[in-house]
Amino acid sequence: MKRPFKTRVKTLTIDGMAVGAREDETILELAQANGIFIPTLCHLEGVHDIGACRLCLVEIKGTSKLLPACMTYAEEGMEVITDSERLLTYRRQVLDLLFSERNHVCAVCVSNGHCELQWLAEKLGISHVGVPYLYPQLAVDASHSFYVLDHNRCILCTRCVRVCDEIEGAHTWDVMGRGVECRVISDLNQPWGTADSCTRCGKCVQVCPTGALFSKGKAVAEMTKKREFLPYLQLMREGRK
Amino acid sequence: MSDKLKLATVWLDGCSGCHMSFLDIDERILDVAALADLVYSPLVDNKHFPEMVDITLVEGAVSSEDDYHKIRHVRQHTRILVSLGDCAVTANVPAMRNRFKVEAVLDRAYFENATLNQQIPVEVVPQLRKQSIPVHQVVPVDVFVPGCPPSADNIFYALTELLAGRTPELRTRTHFGA
Amino acid sequence: MYERLEEITLAEQEVAERYDHTVNVCMAAGCMSSQSGAIKEAIDKEVEANGLERWCRVRGVGCMGLCAHGPLVAVDNGKPAETMYQYVTPEDAPAIVGSLDTAPVERLRCPTDVPFFQRQHKIVLENSGLIDPERIEEYIAADGYTALIKAITEMSPAEVIDEIITSGLRGRGGGGYPTGLKWTTVAKSDGETKYVICNADEGDPGAFMDRSVLESDPHRILEGMAIAGYAIGASQGYIYVRGEYPLAVARLKTAIRQARRVNMLGSGIAGTPFAFHIDIRLGAGAFVCGEETALIASIEGRRGQPRPRPPYPAEYGLWGQPTLINNVETLASVAPIIRNGGAWYAGMGTAKSKGTKVFALAGSINNTGLIEVPMGTSLREIIYEIGGGVSGGGKCKAIQTGGPSGGCIPADFLDTPVDYESLSALGSIMGSGGMIVMDETASMVDVARFFMEFCMTESCGRCVPCRVGTVHMHNLLDKFSRKEATPHDLVLLEKLCDMVRNTSLCGLGQTAPNPVMSTLRYFRHEYMAAITEEAADLFVLDPALSVSRNGATQRAPKLEVAS
Repeated sequence: MKRPFKTRVKTLTIDGMAVGAREDETILELAQANGIFIPTLCHLEGVHDIGACRLCLVEIKGTSKLLPACMTYAEEGMEVITDSERLLTYRRQVLDLLFSERNHVCAVCVSNGHCELQWLAEKLGISHVGVPYLYPQLAVDASHSFYVLDHNRCILCTRCVRVCDEIEGAHTWDVMGRGVECRVISDLNQPWGTADSCTRCGKCVQVCPTGALFSKGKAVAEMTKKREFLPYLQLMREGRK
Repeated sequence: MSDKLKLATVWLDGCSGCHMSFLDIDERILDVAALADLVYSPLVDNKHFPEMVDITLVEGAVSSEDDYHKIRHVRQHTRILVSLGDCAVTANVPAMRNRFKVEAVLDRAYFENATLNQQIPVEVVPQLRKQSIPVHQVVPVDVFVPGCPPSADNIFYALTELLAGRTPELRTRTHFGA
Repeated sequence: MYERLEEITLAEQEVAERYDHTVNVCMAAGCMSSQSGAIKEAIDKEVEANGLERWCRVRGVGCMGLCAHGPLVAVDNGKPAETMYQYVTPEDAPAIVGSLDTAPVERLRCPTDVPFFQRQHKIVLENSGLIDPERIEEYIAADGYTALIKAITEMSPAEVIDEIITSGLRGRGGGGYPTGLKWTTVAKSDGETKYVICNADEGDPGAFMDRSVLESDPHRILEGMAIAGYAIGASQGYIYVRGEYPLAVARLKTAIRQARRVNMLGSGIAGTPFAFHIDIRLGAGAFVCGEETALIASIEGRRGQPRPRPPYPAEYGLWGQPTLINNVETLASVAPIIRNGGAWYAGMGTAKSKGTKVFALAGSINNTGLIEVPMGTSLREIIYEIGGGVSGGGKCKAIQTGGPSGGCIPADFLDTPVDYESLSALGSIMGSGGMIVMDETASMVDVARFFMEFCMTESCGRCVPCRVGTVHMHNLLDKFSRKEATPHDLVLLEKLCDMVRNTSLCGLGQTAPNPVMSTLRYFRHEYMAAITEEAADLFVLDPALSVSRNGATQRAPKLEVAS
């Protein structure tokens, strides 16, 4: 026999706090709505989540696996822990790995003081990076008339890729290569300035969490990012559907 | 012999900005002086690192053979080693040369950008190592004070905490590039 | 419904009876790479030159298993595989053909009364080396497609699934997830359209089980997929096979064409309303595409990267539809189970691991090649009896199972019965069936480094722990390999192992540290021996100072300042 109704509202606890949720809400959304901080880097409100940065991993009672809060949906009776010592250790290690992967020199970066990576390092208490730096040889693409892409500062969160594809609809950006050799590329791996699909809207620049994408002419610490447009565009798109 | 603690500072591959910031604690240097003697530093005249120092602040990355041997010697003669500033903590700007070969870096500095007397110095100037690396990749470091440079307040805080026998909690007071 | 099959079978038997001799030449990748194609041609010519065409036929067949002794040729004088020849060259053709009516050529003889042939129990490989993989008639003559017809004409989908559940079959791709349960889940999932995917993206270094099955007996996979399609309610299947297997792809294409011709694939199969189509999708050589969500992304035409699960493909798979993904060997076991019943299959193996498993023996072992044994066979039996022992007269030091996701089992545990549970208790995994034997000269650090290099270059780059963590682990292992490591490196290596294992997005990253962790568990002394005194000296300068030193390796230094 079919169950006559479907539960659409769930009750669960996050760090001991009882919260009510719709079944289509993620742990991350619930935590944010209830003032519980979960660090994120690849998550961007308005585009689909990929669970790649692993900063938002949370513990869920009854499973030994850590799950990304941005892609885990509320379930009845779930007991979520977001701030254990174990999680903090792993999150710090993730940041360690990100700092070591490319050439982040905060002191001379356009985004110094406005960078999400830098901010998270402070927030999570990173006083030094525990693994050796890799110092890869990376290029700066300044071929675009308005913007610059500095691979040295890219953390491969792919926010630019998703915002360009899902909000702007241009799909100028994508990722090529494997593993640590992955690079964000424009069109067919050509200089950004020659990428015909680029509409110069600059959304990628505004959503980039670090100084990897920035406006031309900005000096150290001058690049602040403006994100207010995102939820608005998202609403417009949903309204049109 | 004074029963005060022994304090030292060393300067590796850095711009001396961290030492300048240290001087920016201004009159509070008297508070430090009440608890410790500055026994070795670019700021004082002593030429030899003492047998045992309680606290050593190190500015700069490990870039040359001289830096390397100096920091190993310092570590052997220091109880608490403090990485002061981004160059010591992350190798920062000095590490920006790591993507190039040493010869290319020297060429750029002493030939391409020099108009007179083009030659790579072989005497007095210590030999560069393959890479500039943070101090804690060479020897164990006990306390990290990030910042470029760390503010005088943070330096003073870290010092006075250490002198008082406590571990300074700097993580949320400063960050890379601060 | 069986009439058509019987017709073909009878015709085949008639043909076979016409010949006094059948010469089978192995035409699988291993022997073909040592020119078995030329051998077949030479034998063909020799038969023709002697005017024996009416009495002797020459066939290309699939893998006979003993790849180390290839190229292999079997001469059948009525009884199958009676005489087997090894290390054959095209120049040997006259001798082989000349001896057809007399005694076999002794100098080429490969003994078949040895444990390698006697101790195996072939289900998945039952047709390998016996039939021509490019002729559906031979597959049908070997009972092929009877299981499919039995399933769709005599059984309900639920009964088919029940039979699989009864058999106790578990996923042969490595995870060991109960196949029947997986089928049930997909069958119960809501969805108008469902898919069956055969995962033939075999990529573990040293593994060639799936390749051999695809090259030797491709129809077995098609039949297994069609049965699965019937059981879960799918009418479309995809075989995701890596582009590096061109021979397997060619044979699959031929097989699909032939199966459609006799209506074992397509619409209205065998006169029933059941329709099932199979298409081939080629992988471009990314190891990660063996991970099911990455595989799905790749079929959909997107970049082959995994996504977090849940939702599992059983509910949300290809094009968002419920999708069943099974490995080649799993699907190859389906037809015999339906033909002989689940209970028959469950009669083999151990309590929790039923049936047989194919292993690819490689490394320092005499009989490099492909074997199939019942679950629960001990490692000792596999290595020393079937495998013929360690090559070069050496002593077995360790056995690597499970490829880059597995571990090294030291020789002390040779008597362990091989099944899913006992291998994972030893810190390794069953994996897809690669088994690399290492003798005393092998360095365990180098083994770990090799697999880490593999994981590092094959990481898809999506999640941070796998993308960057594997690089650091590899660099550290490299230091150990060069004997330049410090005690701190060991601490860091173990921390990274724990972190990458617990925080990576997909199975590739989560299991990447396994080779390191298992070698650290059993061969820690080899790592310790790689820490030089000079390097150690850098970090432990004076024991009296070690308190503050140790603090430095942690994030919160505990200092006691004398005042």
